Amino acid sequence: MTDEIIINEKTVWEILETVTDPEIPVLSIIDLGIVRKIEIYNAVQKPPSGGVGVFITPTYTGCPAMDVIRMNIRMALLENGFTNIDIKTILSPAWTTDWMTEEGKQKLKAYGIASPNSKQQVCTPGLFQEEEAVQCPHCNSYHTQMISRFGSTACKALYKCNDCKEPFDYFKCH
Amino acid sequence: MPITNSEFPITNSQLLITNQLINYTLHLADNTLILAQQNSEWCGHGPILEQDIAITNISLDLLGQARNFYQYAAELINQSTSQPINLLTSQPATEDTLAYLRDNREFRNCLLVEQENGDWAKTILRQFVFSNYQYLLYEKMQDSKDEALRAIAEKALKEVIYHLKWSSEWVIRLGDGTEESNQRINKAVIELWPYVDELFINAAYESALISNNISVDVASLKNLWMQKTKEIFAEATLGIPENIFAHKGGKQGMHTERLGYILAEMQFLQRAYPNSVW
Ligand SMILES: [Zn+2]
Repeated sequence: MTDEIIINEKTVWEILETVTDPEIPVLSIIDLGIVRKIEIYNAVQKPPSGGVGVFITPTYTGCPAMDVIRMNIRMALLENGFTNIDIKTILSPAWTTDWMTEEGKQKLKAYGIASPNSKQQVCTPGLFQEEEAVQCPHCNSYHTQMISRFGSTACKALYKCNDCKEPFDYFKCH
Repeated sequence: MPITNSEFPITNSQLLITNQLINYTLHLADNTLILAQQNSEWCGHGPILEQDIAITNISLDLLGQARNFYQYAAELINQSTSQPINLLTSQPATEDTLAYLRDNREFRNCLLVEQENGDWAKTILRQFVFSNYQYLLYEKMQDSKDEALRAIAEKALKEVIYHLKWSSEWVIRLGDGTEESNQRINKAVIELWPYVDELFINAAYESALISNNISVDVASLKNLWMQKTKEIFAEATLGIPENIFAHKGGKQGMHTERLGYILAEMQFLQRAYPNSVW
């Protein structure tokens, strides 16, 4: 192989679009908003001199999916010819559901998970609060009720719909 | 048994600050790790499925915080000392060596988090006492001059808000619930109150870092903590014990017997099969 690979940021973003959240496979890590920055070192490379730095931030501190995501980013970049890959974790500014893309929210709903309300209501220490209106992803009713603030993963709360009676996950505000 | 270097030698003022920062970071890490480990014992045993999931979610958040603190402590240790933490294997410090290869006396967690889970009421009350403290702690730590601590606090605070809400609601639910739930949480108050004060007494490593605006002066959190506790206890129809003898020493490495059992279970695998990985 004598081909030179020209690394540019756009290529890397496109590759990362194919890396999904292992727990919510319809969402890419770009949809989730956890890729914060991409840095390119020595843009024209014959591997392994050039490299790429990917800066990611966890949704929740203890999210076990992060290790898998880190590995999948590495795999995706390796498959595309990158060899010098540096994945860094940054904590500040802290991830917020506001960083989830609109496209991501639509995909969530289609998958059966209510997407985070854009107006965040329960991120304060006040007690017994509920989101004003969480829409059922199955029948679109707003007549829903929280069952538990903690759901099947750190990022979700458990709800039920009082109309279609189906339980569903709500990607809670953060 | 690995020989560990827990007393970081002091030679000049910069090194002194770094050593205190290492101790402080380990204290923050140990608090969250031990509570995470304890809460995780409820996995599969919660009173109902949703609450089983809630307490284990809280465990996971705390474990995540512990990992961040240990990673930072490991970085500081590896930069600052010519002595690797584990003299026997000469391994550099990592989050895993710090969690798995330190002994009882090297842990700097407060005594509260190592108290037995007891029944649901006791676990809930322990979580409320700690989350109420942690909320105030992290809120202030967001202004720390130490960039790493500031970032961890900013991130973790969002999680702790959920823990505080959840545990507060449960304290009210149990206190103002049935005769039995009220009795049980009252018993928990009596059992846990001797371990509250230690949270608000600065250890040497906390005091040493206050003037540089690195650590949070925990003594300054007590009034706000009490205010919130009174508010929740009033709703829960619970009284606040007064003139209780306060146990302390955990933050200096003097623990109750229970920590030995917690560590034995948590560290067994790494001790028996060194360097095994998932
Ligand atoms: Zn519905």
